[in-house]
Amino acid sequence: MIYEFFNNLFGSEIIAGFIAASLPLLIFILPFALIAVLLERKVAGHMQDRLGPMRVGYHGILQTVADIIKLLQKEDIIARDNDKLLFNIAPILVFAGSYAAFAAIPFTSAYIGANIDLGIFYIIAVTGLVVAGILMAGWASNNKYSLLGAMRSAAQIVSYEIPTILVVLTLVMFTGTTNLMTLSENQTALFWNWNIFGGPELSLAKFLLIPFMIIAFLIIYISTLAEVNRTPFDIPEAESELVSGYHTEYSGMKFAMFFLAEYANMFAVSAIVSALFFGGYHSPFGYLGNTLDIQWLIPVEQFFWFTFKGVFFVFVQMWLRWTLPRLRVDQLMTASWKYLIPIAFVNLLIVGIITLI
Amino acid sequence: MNIYDLIFYLFAALTLISAFFVVTNKNIVHSAFYLLFTFFGVAGIYVLLGADFVAIVQLIVYVGGILILLLFGVMLTNKITNVEIKTGTINIFSATVGVGLFAGVLLAAVLYAPWKVSVLQEPVSTTGILGNLLMNEYVLVFELLGIILLIALIGAASIARR
Repeated sequence: MIYEFFNNLFGSEIIAGFIAASLPLLIFILPFALIAVLLERKVAGHMQDRLGPMRVGYHGILQTVADIIKLLQKEDIIARDNDKLLFNIAPILVFAGSYAAFAAIPFTSAYIGANIDLGIFYIIAVTGLVVAGILMAGWASNNKYSLLGAMRSAAQIVSYEIPTILVVLTLVMFTGTTNLMTLSENQTALFWNWNIFGGPELSLAKFLLIPFMIIAFLIIYISTLAEVNRTPFDIPEAESELVSGYHTEYSGMKFAMFFLAEYANMFAVSAIVSALFFGGYHSPFGYLGNTLDIQWLIPVEQFFWFTFKGVFFVFVQMWLRWTLPRLRVDQLMTASWKYLIPIAFVNLLIVGIITLI
Repeated sequence: MNIYDLIFYLFAALTLISAFFVVTNKNIVHSAFYLLFTFFGVAGIYVLLGADFVAIVQLIVYVGGILILLLFGVMLTNKITNVEIKTGTINIFSATVGVGLFAGVLLAAVLYAPWKVSVLQEPVSTTGILGNLLMNEYVLVFELLGIILLIALIGAASIARR
């Protein structure tokens, strides 16, 4: 709908496409990153029985703004033996990869960057750019810690992509669509129509599916947590052993790009999980716009619910970060290959059989 | 010139230039990273041709799988990054004949193939059609390919265990 609006305004589908595609960056990712960094520090503070940032603004509300201004002013340091070309491209590539994922995420029923049929597979595909960018950053830094962090990160993302894809496959098989927009639309009305409660069709299969859907949700949540390199799977950045992994050598705005990409990724995976299992942008209790008969209110409400669900899962990610200790490398690989992948396979089969009968 | 033509030339130029650098670059890690842009350009051309599924699979398999594996191999192999790769020319005569023949075959294929020309239209999603074809008409080939991949996987695992 927003795309059509711009299309009418400018009379060119290319310009309209560009503007519609840059909307999530300007009005969503940047403000979200600002808030999420503050939230992370506040959550961390309160979980450790301290207050977190308090000095800048009311209860430290402007802390991240001050941090961004500081980062903008910082000198951009490139060490002599860095591979300058790759060193400069890497942060752009990492951010481009995580930003590209936002193109296929439906924010409301009125706005999606690109309503492509292969939405969810497209998102998985562009994640590959992030891995390549991380490897590039680690190698170009010419630093042992960076290279180790990058290798760990790539190995981890590649291993945990398999359970993620298996769960996505389960959902694709169950709903018969790979388009995230259609997927969200199917889960309309009240919350028991969400996929985690067995989808919108009321039958015996719906009740049989609930436990397996919950298993699928847990698997995809754990593996996406690993894919965005969050604790307990943050060995690529493990502060106490690797300084800070693949972005040790970066300073100033290039470091900020990595940071932005990390927070954008956190929201992207949360949004995907909520679109797959928790009805995407749909409200759990019906819409105020329908009751009052105001049509334009519905997309606004949907945007609110979409953001709410996304931020809730981001909050759970932060919560886990300050609750669980870090895994060792071998434990990490064991968790993926020996537990998550077999369980995901069996789950895929069971959901398939239940869907058939 | 249509704006879609412009986008096509952009992707084509990206593919060709990065492919050229892949071949001529002396640093093997740089070559591997240039390959990323080549794959990306090819995926873009697939999208413009209306082959959305092939484009996505191109990205998943080549960028997400093969390129990462390649980079891993290059980075884990000790000191390969410092080895000078020879990019000089030897055996100019036979090389010219070989390349000339290959170029002739390609050119003949381009000029004489019965290309299916159709007016530019809104491309439809190919995923469902492809799935139906794979599961009905070409199911034997599809299953055979699966078995071949499985054999390769088992072979790799047994070599790695030695």
